[in-house]
Amino acid sequence: MTALHASGLGKRYRQRWALSDCSLQIPAGRVAGLVGPNGAGKSTLLNLAVGLLAPDAGTVTVLDGQPGSGPAQLAKVGFVAQDTPVYAGLSVADHLRLGGHLNPGWDAAYAQRRIEHLSLDPAQKAGKLSGGQKAQLALTLALAKRPRLLILDEPVASLDPLARREFLSDLMAAVAEHEVSVILSSHLVSDLERVCDYLVVLAASRVQIAGDVDALIASHHRLIGPRRDPATLPSDQLVIQGSHTDRQSTLIVQTRHPVLDPAWTVEQLNLEDLVLAYMSQAANGHDRARPVLEVQR
Amino acid sequence: MIWLTWRQFRVQAVVTAAILAVFGVLLLVTGPSLGGVYRTSGFAACHSGCAQLAGNFLAQIGVPHYHLVYLFGAVLIIVLPAIIGLFWGAPLLARELEAGTFRLAWNQSVTRERWLAVKLGVLGLASMAAAGLLSLILGWWASPIDRAAGLGSVGGYENRFFPVVFGTRGIAPLGYAAFAFVLGVLIGLLIRRTVPAMAVTLGLIAAVQIAFPLVVRPHLITPVRHSITITASAIQGMGVSGPGPDAQLRTVFAGTVNTPGAWVYSDATVTASGSPDLGTVPAACQNIGPNGSFQPCQQALAARNFQQQLVYQPASRYWTFQALEFGIYLTVAIVLAWASFWLLRRRLS
Repeated sequence: MTALHASGLGKRYRQRWALSDCSLQIPAGRVAGLVGPNGAGKSTLLNLAVGLLAPDAGTVTVLDGQPGSGPAQLAKVGFVAQDTPVYAGLSVADHLRLGGHLNPGWDAAYAQRRIEHLSLDPAQKAGKLSGGQKAQLALTLALAKRPRLLILDEPVASLDPLARREFLSDLMAAVAEHEVSVILSSHLVSDLERVCDYLVVLAASRVQIAGDVDALIASHHRLIGPRRDPATLPSDQLVIQGSHTDRQSTLIVQTRHPVLDPAWTVEQLNLEDLVLAYMSQAANGHDRARPVLEVQR
Repeated sequence: MIWLTWRQFRVQAVVTAAILAVFGVLLLVTGPSLGGVYRTSGFAACHSGCAQLAGNFLAQIGVPHYHLVYLFGAVLIIVLPAIIGLFWGAPLLARELEAGTFRLAWNQSVTRERWLAVKLGVLGLASMAAAGLLSLILGWWASPIDRAAGLGSVGGYENRFFPVVFGTRGIAPLGYAAFAFVLGVLIGLLIRRTVPAMAVTLGLIAAVQIAFPLVVRPHLITPVRHSITITASAIQGMGVSGPGPDAQLRTVFAGTVNTPGAWVYSDATVTASGSPDLGTVPAACQNIGPNGSFQPCQQALAARNFQQQLVYQPASRYWTFQALEFGIYLTVAIVLAWASFWLLRRRLS
């Protein structure tokens, strides 16, 4: 079972491709982070995944179904959209009633418990809630319909650091409780680092890399050593990013094998370094023809 | 879904219901006294040759307090479709799209097609019900006036074919309401912003409501053409282009063909061949002194075999026109609704 399976997926707005040639397989049972700079196509991909957009190229299936194809498919997927929209004129209790009326699998007791736990006033109009509370309300709606996959589009983008942390830890608690798969997007790696065990880097409207977080960390290294032409590296070492001074080269490489050349000092990358390396590679636009590598554990 | 539709719509529903209630009370208060005048004028009991009594009745209710209610009712029914299009239709999708809440609404376990179907169905029927109710009570209140005005309009009370009256009676307002509502929804879907969508909806509804009676309605059914030869004894007078021997004859007054309640397109004097060019004024008709006889002139005019040509829709076609108008607006509303579904599926993607 895959949570999301895209193949050759593309979406165009007038002349510009917001997402192109996106092939991706996110396994179920994971908390997958979708990271990339603003405008990279994250929202487009997620909106395609919930059926709010229709693709202009390729296909996408979510939990083996066509996104938004019917009530059953909609019931399987919970979605918290960007800026966590809620009805400003409806109260918190009205939102729960809305969820109850529109979702056959609605867990009213859970929703009620969560609202109490968050100390939201049921009578309060949603328009008067703070950004963090709105996000929590939207998350409550998405969780209480008991989806098998939860998709969140930049849920914490508008929150302050404290609310961000609270929202994410709360999300993780809920995920552990209900065993749902999660796909979560953010333009900040630090948001995802704590919660994700699977990572997709999207930049310049393409998937740069996708894979299990631990495997990604294990297969990427920073090599520091005497200045050297990257072309002379062994063929199993793929250079993601390189910088050179007169005497020294610093390379970020991807390889499945240990780096044995004693000339290099090998450093572990953290997730942020890794993502930034891929983003700047995409931003520099070189090596566009490089095939997207999928790293398996 | 019905709960959500009601929850999001209840403010508009309450406001509209309040307007209808105020107006209903106004009609219920003034209706009985209007009925009283109807009976005491003798027109209520009259069954034939009532033109004189009808005129008297209309003259008696020419006082502002009836005429204002009469006009107010007409204005309300004319404005109602615009209100429905603006405040019920246009925001329905535009507000969701503008605020981004469509992402919330369409990710519950209800497809967006069903979401729209329920909203269109419930609110479309509600708008028709509101218009129908208004038309029904105004029609009841104004039924003596409409009957009298059919025999000849007096003091601002018009025949029921008169555009303003036609559009505020019977079943046509139901069609207008359905059309205006769905138009608002579609415009909201196209423009995606509430206030501009409301402005465009208002403009379009106004344009259609003005253009339809002028351009479309007269051509829905071919009118009846009725010509009678003007005889000397029927001639009561004439209209000329000016003084002097070269004056052109414009029209010959020969009484009216009796067509009570008809929608008269034209009532004109034409030559035997049907031309409106009647030629010069006959010599016998020039310089008739105060004591002169009109008879030679009558004979000279009759000798030219003028025809009085009446083009009209008989009163019996009233409900056919109502049904046609209702059907046309309802059909357009259904087409627009279909377009909304199509766009919802296609363009939002």
